[in-house]
Amino acid sequence: MPDPIVVAEGLHKSFGDTHALRGLDLSVPRGTVCGVLGPNGAGKTTAVRILATLSDPDAGHARIAGYDVVREAGEVRARIGLAGQYAAVDEKLTGRGNLRMFGRLSHLSRRQAHRRADELLERFGLMDAADRQVAGYSGGMRRRLDLITCLILRPDVLFLDEPTTGLDPRSRGEIWDSIRELVADGTTVLLTTQYLDEADQLADDIAVVDHGQVIATGTPDELKATIGDRLDVTLEDPAALPAAATVLNTLAGTEPTTTDADRLSVALPATGLRLADIVRELDHAGVAAADVSLRRPTLDEVFLRLTNRKEPAR
Amino acid sequence: MTALTTPLGRLRWTLTDGLTLVGRELGRLRREPGQIVAALVFPVIMVVLFGYVFGSAIQVPDGGDYREYLMPGLFAMVTFSAWLGVMTRMAADASRGVMDRFRSMPMARLAVPFGQTGADLLTGLLMLAIMVGAGLLVGWQPHRGLIPTAQAFLLMIVLRYALSWVGVYVGLAVKNDRVADALVPLGLPFTMLSNAFVPTGGMPGWLRFLADWNPVSALTAASRELFGNPGAPSGDVAWPLAHPVTAVLLWSAALLVIFVPLSLRAYMRRGR
Repeated sequence: MPDPIVVAEGLHKSFGDTHALRGLDLSVPRGTVCGVLGPNGAGKTTAVRILATLSDPDAGHARIAGYDVVREAGEVRARIGLAGQYAAVDEKLTGRGNLRMFGRLSHLSRRQAHRRADELLERFGLMDAADRQVAGYSGGMRRRLDLITCLILRPDVLFLDEPTTGLDPRSRGEIWDSIRELVADGTTVLLTTQYLDEADQLADDIAVVDHGQVIATGTPDELKATIGDRLDVTLEDPAALPAAATVLNTLAGTEPTTTDADRLSVALPATGLRLADIVRELDHAGVAAADVSLRRPTLDEVFLRLTNRKEPAR
Repeated sequence: MTALTTPLGRLRWTLTDGLTLVGRELGRLRREPGQIVAALVFPVIMVVLFGYVFGSAIQVPDGGDYREYLMPGLFAMVTFSAWLGVMTRMAADASRGVMDRFRSMPMARLAVPFGQTGADLLTGLLMLAIMVGAGLLVGWQPHRGLIPTAQAFLLMIVLRYALSWVGVYVGLAVKNDRVADALVPLGLPFTMLSNAFVPTGGMPGWLRFLADWNPVSALTAASRELFGNPGAPSGDVAWPLAHPVTAVLLWSAALLVIFVPLSLRAYMRRGR
């Protein structure tokens, strides 16, 4: 495994009585996408702010490309890009004007700043809107401008704090495409999100954060494997529910959950059960099933299981 | 490229980045020249409202023309809009994440407050020029020659710059553009509670005390004196009105000494 480019060890941060981080550890290999998943208030944003030098940890330390985020903040800032939860651009300026200004503030020469602005606008499909005031941009265009503003200096590490919160599905797709393109260039991305499908789509590795700590890490597939496949059974007659539940309990070794009046769901043990066996067992018990399906769990189910929240009734 | 690590490099980049941010404000103005107009609508309305409506009933102490008396007060009013404007801009950047972007970039950190106050100075000069035009139009003029006139405008600029640092601090402290917008109307009673529109002599004692010591009054009195406009206080007057030029310089120095370090500390602090 290559050297991690982002390392956080034992980060603690409190605001008054609120412990936002309680010993957060994180390690992101160069050139990968790390998805930091967690419910609201889990400490995701606090962690990103510390890594991006905006905030100092109370305890613990973090390094980006080997530079300490507190003692060598200047070196860190030259290597990172940060896109927060807002489109942090000047609404009164044009898209091009913003990129040129941030280019100059990144200490590019005037000519370099102009050229870089045009390159980025062209590459990320904002050339047509380049000379319009940002105030007139759609939410998705603003986020895209915000994202490419982080790319002016070709950062080694890009922090994206909930990059698609509040966007419509099409704009989300566009942001995802942009992120994939960056990763193809070799940029390391640390992405926080509440959307599990976003992490599923983009992340190589996922760190699930709750109450200021990382409670699980792994690839999406590894995380899904930890809770086994799911079996969903829809009955023809809701009256057969108790009988079906008994059958599933015997097969899976755990109590199934009733997800609807005529539907049951259960996590299967890793010792693969075949669909045919399940159907046969139900048949023996005289249960008529309208639909029986075996599937990988969704990240939602993994997440809910890990963070000990009740599965929502569907 | 000089690095940010040497003192000289840091100074150079503070200036360069500060100028870039001044350029940002000018770019905004070019896109929305209405901002200047909006900021001036109020003082210009005051020229008409006070100059002609209330002015017809207000007696200037030494019997001068009321509009000659009024204009120095309105110049002071425009000067004191500095802290409100800068506060609103700083709070907007803080609440929309632009400030975080600046802080996470490898730019000179001090450039942000210096750029913002520098930009305000330029817009302030522009507004002052427009107000001078309005004044000349209604019959105001300086009477004491070039040097005292220049001194009066210099005083306004010095105090304006000091006030813009109050704006930096308050803007960073409130961090929220809605709160900042809600504070803006407070500017009006603050300027009215002074000698800008009426002599303070007729106010009840406690109110007169506040008005006499209001820096708006010192600036107004100083410019009346330097322009040779009517309304010089006579008899037993408060110290700032008896020595208005010194008072304005002291106010400016005090504001800078207090608010520059406070602002810089608030800007550099990394907490939340």
